[in-house]
Amino acid sequence: MSKPADTQSLGSLERPSPEDAFHAEVLVLAAILAIGVVILGALALLIFVRPSAAAQSAANASKSESADAASVARGKKLFVSYGCYECHGRAAQGGVGPRLGPDPLPLSFIEKYVRHPSGSMPPYTEKTASDQDLTDIYAFLKSLPEPPKEKDVPLLNE
Amino acid sequence: MAKSKKTSVNRRNFLKSATVGAAALAATPVAAATAVPTPQPSRARNAAAPLPPISRRVEAEAAAAAANPDPNIEPITVDHPGSDFMVDAFKAVGFEYLCSNPGNSFRSLHESFINYGANKNPEFITCCHEESAVGMAHGYFKIEGKPLLVCVHGTVGVQHASMAIYDAFCDRVPLVVVLGNFGDAQTRASFVNWTHSAQDPAELIRDFVKWDDQPATLQDFAESVMRAYRVAMTPPYMPVALVCNTDLQEFPIPDDPALRVPALTLDKPPQGDSSSVQETAKWLVAAENPVIVADRAARTPAGLALMIELAETLQAAVIDRNGRMNFPTRHPLNQTERGSSVIGDADVILGLELTDFYGIVNAYYGDVYPRTRSVTKPGVKLISINSNDLYLKSNYQDFQRYQAEDLAIAADAEATLPSLIEAVKKLLTDDRKRMYQDRGAKLAAAHQRTLAENRSLAANGWDANPISTARLSAELWNQIRAEDWSFVSNCQFVSRWPLRLWDFKKYHHYIGGEGGYGVGYGAPASVGAALANRKHGRLTVSIQNDGDLMFGPGVLWTAAHHRIPLLIVMHNNRAYHQEVMEVQRMADVHERGVTRAGIGTTLVNPPIDYGKLAQSMGMHGSAPIADPNDLAPALREAIAIVKSGEPALVNVVTQPR
Repeated sequence: MSKPADTQSLGSLERPSPEDAFHAEVLVLAAILAIGVVILGALALLIFVRPSAAAQSAANASKSESADAASVARGKKLFVSYGCYECHGRAAQGGVGPRLGPDPLPLSFIEKYVRHPSGSMPPYTEKTASDQDLTDIYAFLKSLPEPPKEKDVPLLNE
Repeated sequence: MAKSKKTSVNRRNFLKSATVGAAALAATPVAAATAVPTPQPSRARNAAAPLPPISRRVEAEAAAAAANPDPNIEPITVDHPGSDFMVDAFKAVGFEYLCSNPGNSFRSLHESFINYGANKNPEFITCCHEESAVGMAHGYFKIEGKPLLVCVHGTVGVQHASMAIYDAFCDRVPLVVVLGNFGDAQTRASFVNWTHSAQDPAELIRDFVKWDDQPATLQDFAESVMRAYRVAMTPPYMPVALVCNTDLQEFPIPDDPALRVPALTLDKPPQGDSSSVQETAKWLVAAENPVIVADRAARTPAGLALMIELAETLQAAVIDRNGRMNFPTRHPLNQTERGSSVIGDADVILGLELTDFYGIVNAYYGDVYPRTRSVTKPGVKLISINSNDLYLKSNYQDFQRYQAEDLAIAADAEATLPSLIEAVKKLLTDDRKRMYQDRGAKLAAAHQRTLAENRSLAANGWDANPISTARLSAELWNQIRAEDWSFVSNCQFVSRWPLRLWDFKKYHHYIGGEGGYGVGYGAPASVGAALANRKHGRLTVSIQNDGDLMFGPGVLWTAAHHRIPLLIVMHNNRAYHQEVMEVQRMADVHERGVTRAGIGTTLVNPPIDYGKLAQSMGMHGSAPIADPNDLAPALREAIAIVKSGEPALVNVVTQPR
């Protein structure tokens, strides 16, 4: 049994890696975009949505939440069965691979990276993980609770 | 060394020349300084008791035999075996312990150690596997700085020991392995002795020991013991092996007035030549962004102090590859966690005892078809100080890919550091010092940012069940940080969280890893390191990989039997996760999906109860702990046991890495 080359190389010993740094930058952009989308959406609701339409919207939202919950549940299972947790941890907290959630990178980026990864990440082609699988995994990553702030954890301030 | 009263005998005539009976039992031990109480003949012990008739007849026959010895009768005792002389030689070197699983190819040596040598310096440590014996010696050295002695069968024993010897070789750790052997076919007593004999027992490990010998006489043996120790302890440190044939052990010491144990002289470690050291200093002082990368640079606590002095004098970034405790983790100049960034900015890189300089300045990418690219900026100057350049073996490829440096100094780094520091100091100007202050401040700020980022990352999955390796590390740190602690396991398999979060600053705080990445090192090396720490009163702690422990769990019994205090915190992730990932990679590359990657790589169904395993060996073992809230009390209970002088194991069910 051996230790592979990737864990001997300098880059893999760093936290965060340049890749993580890139992820962090994308995360910030994604967060800004997400906030913008939420604000615009709220404004649109206030201006354009009438009461009857709002009721319809609530019904749709309920359906959507149900679909989302199913997607999250499926994604959680796939996160394990596809072995994502091996490198990224069962809570996607990071390990050998970078942290993936909560607040994951945009789905489009994740899809692109998973199909054509660099470094030690195995390639998941459409034959081994469908687009729907990735969407469900993404839903799971988005659903993860925010971790505590390190300043609020006494053990992380010693 | 007193001489035998016997006349010198050759092997064929030995059986006719050895003495018989009570006179031999009453003989004076060879070396008075280490003599044990002399056994008395049974008649003397029982003189007051009436003897039964048959015993009276035996007594009479024995008395007659003693009065008129028959020259043709076969002897049954030996008063001064060669192994006593061997013990004198080993004692002269000063081994504290002997780690061994017993074997009849060194039975006489074994007996001499425990009786003639009084089982002291070295004390016999009973090991349940030769791999454990060598692993213990490996871990012991990295705390104590002295080799241990290991005795193994020259055949099956060395086969068991070989992986551990390879790990020690790759990790540049000296130890002396004695290989028992039945060299002379005419004195092999049984079928098994033939099976356990070899023409050249050391051949199996010759590719990964620095030197080996098969001495033919006791004088040769004594000189080879000294040479073996000296060769092993000259950088680059490596294991050595001595074949010890049974005849030499078991036959009487010849009556040779010249027979003696020579004095031990150690070589001074080689220093870099002065002109190269001057040149190195010049480049370092002139550099805008010098980086010091160390792997096994600090051989001793003094080496750690020298590393700090060099870095602080230059206010240079340091990257610790953690082969040894080279640099404090919370020192502001420690930039290990942002190594790629620092290497990319460097204009001078000083590599100290690096295993893989190529891997420092190049990045690998691709998996099935790996390629590399440089990660340094153009014009960077590379300097190497490395004792590995002084001694290279051919077969095993642990020397890594060739890297062309601008200046390569074949010398021991620690021995060269004093002259390098002195040369650097002589070249310093006020302007440079001011510039260094600014550089140091920037590095300190970057260090703090990285520490904060690591703490933030550690908070992810904080309450996860099974327990995250970050949470495990933080909980453990909380309970040991006020003690004089020593962390003696490799951090690699827990995502290096201890090195990312804890305050490592003393030499015994960390001992690096396997060297050769051979699994099975962790448990015995931890026990060996704890054995070395015992007399210093340190709290020794390991995070023990489950797969590693299962290679040789018998070492838990050794820890319990010899009362070696060690806190073992299980990293019970229930798989060989490195290999799971490797199989996953292949499954994906082959486009077959990863769902079967657990076949052959996992340790589930049934789950292994490591707490009960520990209990079965006579030591404390906790129930499995998967809820992070249960961890602190379990650690507290175990630490109390360890502080009372016993080993203890806490079975933590963890995330993969």
